[in-house]
Amino acid sequence: MDLIEIVNVTKKFDNFTAVNNVNLKIKKGEFLGLLGPNGAGKTTIIKMLTGLLKPTEGEIYIDGRKMSRNNVEIKKRIGIVPQYTNLDKELTVYENLVFAAKLFRINKKQYSIKIKELLEFMELEEYKNRQVFKLSGGMQRRLMIAKALINEPDIIFLDEPTNGVDLNGRRRIWDIFKVMKTVGKTVIMTTHYIEEADYLCSMVCLINEGKIFKNDTPDNLKREQGRYTIEYFDNQNGQMVTKYRHFKSKEEALNHVPKIKNFHYTVRETTLEDVFYNLTSRKVV
Amino acid sequence: MEITTVLWREFIFFKRRFFKITASALINPLLYLIAFGWGLGRDIQIEGATYMHFVIPGIIALTTMNTSFSAISTRINISKIHEKSFEFYLTSPVNMYLLTMGHVIAGALRGMYAAFLILIISCVFGIHIRINLAFILICFLNSFLFAAFGYGAALSIDSHYDMSRFTVYIMTPMSFLCGTFFSLDSLPFWAKTFINILPLTHASVSLRNIVINGQFNHTSIIILLIYSIAFYFFGAAMSYREMK
Ligand SMILES: Nc1ncnc2c1ncn2[C@@H]1O[C@H](COP(=O)(O)OP(=O)(O)OP(=O)(O)O)[C@@H](O)[C@H]1O
Ligand SMILES: [Mg+2]
Repeated sequence: MDLIEIVNVTKKFDNFTAVNNVNLKIKKGEFLGLLGPNGAGKTTIIKMLTGLLKPTEGEIYIDGRKMSRNNVEIKKRIGIVPQYTNLDKELTVYENLVFAAKLFRINKKQYSIKIKELLEFMELEEYKNRQVFKLSGGMQRRLMIAKALINEPDIIFLDEPTNGVDLNGRRRIWDIFKVMKTVGKTVIMTTHYIEEADYLCSMVCLINEGKIFKNDTPDNLKREQGRYTIEYFDNQNGQMVTKYRHFKSKEEALNHVPKIKNFHYTVRETTLEDVFYNLTSRKVV
Repeated sequence: MEITTVLWREFIFFKRRFFKITASALINPLLYLIAFGWGLGRDIQIEGATYMHFVIPGIIALTTMNTSFSAISTRINISKIHEKSFEFYLTSPVNMYLLTMGHVIAGALRGMYAAFLILIISCVFGIHIRINLAFILICFLNSFLFAAFGYGAALSIDSHYDMSRFTVYIMTPMSFLCGTFFSLDSLPFWAKTFINILPLTHASVSLRNIVINGQFNHTSIIILLIYSIAFYFFGAAMSYREMK
């Protein structure tokens, strides 16, 4: 059964349509990536899914029940890492987590254990008594992820969760996300790091101007594009630009190589980034 | 549960800024007392009392109003517009009515704290103010209703710059008009009628009557209570407003 159903959802801000008649079904255990350029409508979709915004038209169902700000039962089961920091800046790292736990009605015995575990996991232990406004951006991000997991949610919304996190931190967070995936949690993530989506997502939705125009597995998308890519530097109207060509197989790609007159080229496997680049730049033109 | 959680959180805030909050809460009343007390002189009699006894209850009403209103509206504004931490409330499984109540009580307690400081300063100035249970209750209702109003006001706007509208058009006029610094007796009938609708009038007049005569008009309590309930529901309704 589909855990999340978005049915004919449109969101308008005054006269501006941010999300335009979106339909989407998300299965339990899916790790879905919402990808799209700035202003595509990703955050707006997540805000509607979490009850922060009300769709102008259409409905959202989670586990068969209509999502709204009053749906306390569903809210108990979801965890959210929003795009913008939502931390209490005056409180310390530890107090932020306690506060979140209290709002979820988790008792002290349970939350003490949980918080210890999360602090360790997010490598925030040595900062636990530091006030949030004194943390660096990446640390705040990690704290937001810890906060989102305080209630052991089974549906998790991640809006650019690793934005500004350093490489080590990101790898660490990916591990956490992978654990979520293996234990069967449903995750909806947006990101501008396409390799992140490629690495984690079982499904991706490509969005532009409020519309979903592709919804498939990363693998299928890459196959559709051509599994192999030649990347080379070439002259185009007097300007040097990087060009990409995609091929069904390695042989085809290698056969094409002699036709490239130019400097430098690479033959490699197609990535989701190639697909995304191709589809979005074509859209823009 | 939501109430104690919010109070716990606000208490941490208060504790960390104890000296700053206390110092700034002392400045205004101190200025009033110096200006009206020493400046105007202790010998002026008004409604059969010294001007100090007349004006201090007014200052208490005024200060509880302003402190509660601005304490809570600033907190909500920051957490809604700048920190975005308010969003977290909206996505957690809280009861919005209890959450509102927690914030409003926290704001009201800030108002009560400011009133307490004024009483202490008055003592330092050698003015003994008679207080009783009704006095405390009125202070609390006045703080509560303006905290609730501040909560709703802060949630009803999308930009911090809009907040000054409430201060300029509502709070400041009330500060001066509601019988805080002068007697309402000499006002024309229509002005008196209008001013009598405002909650601050009831708070300052009742507090003054308690201090000067030891008794007051009990309908004032009912009026303050009605305002409290109305503003509380206004605040709760505003927390359902779509956040942009
Ligand atoms: N409160 C609002 N009022 C008016 N327009 C809005 C509001 N919120 C979003 N929009 C508009 O809706 C569109 C979609 O915004 P959204 O934040 O969903 O984009 P996004 O895909 O998350 O982009 P980004 O990658 O930059 O985060 C944008 O054009 C934005 O300007
Ligand atoms: Mg966004």
